[in-house]
Amino acid sequence: MGSRWTWRALAAPGVIWLAVFFLVAFYAVIAVAFGNEDSLSQPVPFWNPLDWNVGYVIQVLKNIVHGEQFLTVFLRTFAFVAIAMALSLAIGYPVAYFAARHAGRWKMLVLLLLILPFWINYLMRMLAWINLLSPDGWATRFLHTVGIEQLFIWLGLLSTEGGWLDGQPSTVILALVYGYVPFLIIPLFAALDRIDQRQIEAARDLGASPFSGFLRVTLPLSTPGILAGCVLVALPMFGDYYTPDLVSASAKTNMIGNQIDQLTRQGSEKVVGAVLTLILSAVLLVLMVYYLRATRRAGAEAAEA
Amino acid sequence: MRSWFVNPWGRPRWLLLVTVLYILWSIVPVAIAIMFAFNNGRSRTTWQGFSTRWFTGATGSVLHDPALQGALKHTLFLAVICVAIATPLGVALALGLQRWRGPGAGTVNTVMLLPLVTPEIVMGVALLLLFLKVFPGIGVGTPAQAIGQVTFTVSYVVVIVRGRLVSVGREYEEAAADLGAPPHDQLVRVLLPLLAPAIIAAAAVVFALSIDDFVVTQYLSGDASTVTVPMLLYSTARAAPTPALNAIATVALGITLLTLAFAYLVYRRFAGGREAAVAAALEV
Repeated sequence: MGSRWTWRALAAPGVIWLAVFFLVAFYAVIAVAFGNEDSLSQPVPFWNPLDWNVGYVIQVLKNIVHGEQFLTVFLRTFAFVAIAMALSLAIGYPVAYFAARHAGRWKMLVLLLLILPFWINYLMRMLAWINLLSPDGWATRFLHTVGIEQLFIWLGLLSTEGGWLDGQPSTVILALVYGYVPFLIIPLFAALDRIDQRQIEAARDLGASPFSGFLRVTLPLSTPGILAGCVLVALPMFGDYYTPDLVSASAKTNMIGNQIDQLTRQGSEKVVGAVLTLILSAVLLVLMVYYLRATRRAGAEAAEA
Repeated sequence: MRSWFVNPWGRPRWLLLVTVLYILWSIVPVAIAIMFAFNNGRSRTTWQGFSTRWFTGATGSVLHDPALQGALKHTLFLAVICVAIATPLGVALALGLQRWRGPGAGTVNTVMLLPLVTPEIVMGVALLLLFLKVFPGIGVGTPAQAIGQVTFTVSYVVVIVRGRLVSVGREYEEAAADLGAPPHDQLVRVLLPLLAPAIIAAAAVVFALSIDDFVVTQYLSGDASTVTVPMLLYSTARAAPTPALNAIATVALGITLLTLAFAYLVYRRFAGGREAAVAAALEV
């Protein structure tokens, strides 16, 4: 229908919107990071790359190389995300596997319950745990009664009785798992659900034990889902600042998101904040490009089928 | 023997147990938070009997406390604005991208998907700097919040509407063209009615995303009149709040879930069950 220009005209408003409010906005981060500060320490962006001032970028990189605060925060962020991702996978894989393979006629209900947390406000889910983990909260009392509190103290994961919310890295990591594990379960479910049952039966016919059948057929076939799920939880975790703020509220558990938030939104060092945002984006770009390529490949395969 | 084949790990009972425990773990804390919204007392940790005082009571309730009421109104106002802009913008972009062949289409496709995977803090910082340095005339506040929310929700509209476009195919438009319909009529009288269920579903998803958004909305907020429900949860969750906070979160959750249930039913009624399942998956 119509000429190709009809379609381009339809796309134009959306294209312009994304160009201005996404691409130009991101360029503003670059221009500020390579810009300067005025006498009121407000950022002065340098829009022309020929004018760029690398002073602030060098300052931040030196801070990282010399092992100062930003390196500590970056390493802590990587550690928190890595542990939270491993725990999410340990919890999420069996759940996705059960939902995809063994839920039977309950499949739609199980899927609905797995999707439900997406639509419960993240901050409400954190509020729920703040109530439960306060010193006289139900979870604090329960964990005390069953001895998990003592176990955490013995393992050095909790410093005082009932102190779950006073700056404990373990609480932040568990809150991240709670917050983001649904993002991992859904792509995993989709990957496991797609696996052709006959491939596993073939492995069994050829003498594979149930365990080696899983290890050599199901697991490799679900790898794209594992990777996609890990990327989907890693991206928001790397940008998170509200979870540590809410369940810890201590500088000892600051992640890179907290650092950026304190410098840009709350503070007046927006230039340094922009530099850190740029470094974080560069790290995450690798993950995003991988994810987009993987989804496009999956889309192309689905279109062929 | 059959179950032996289906299940390579022996009996799946422990998988069932893990799944049930996981679902309880993910839902029960929120259910308890909702329960305490109905607590007849100021505590959020000790049950003092059932009451709706934090919803409709004379003081400090969602209905009568100015701060809570203001946050709820502003949240819904932003959601309506966001739906009104993001839905037509996204539908037009989906239609355009679907048939746009040639140079530029691939780039636009990639850029369109980027907001879906960009961490919100990066978008928050970028939009904050944009409104401070490029559009100081707009500055931060309600218009900036609405623009920010549209920017990350429009991609969801494109993805949902495009899914429906693919399943509808080109036959109907081609039939209309063969029967002599001009391009405008093909679009308005053939394609848009076919897309209607997807458009309604997309609008509902945008509405829910807007209500739930925290980071971009917080970065672009101005004075106290631009506080939304998620921002209120963030700022008061640790600062000795009353169960009214649980109550306002419960109200927002109720609105979100009702909107999505409505969209699901509309989609299923008009687009068939299988596609509704696809839409439900896309809403993720």
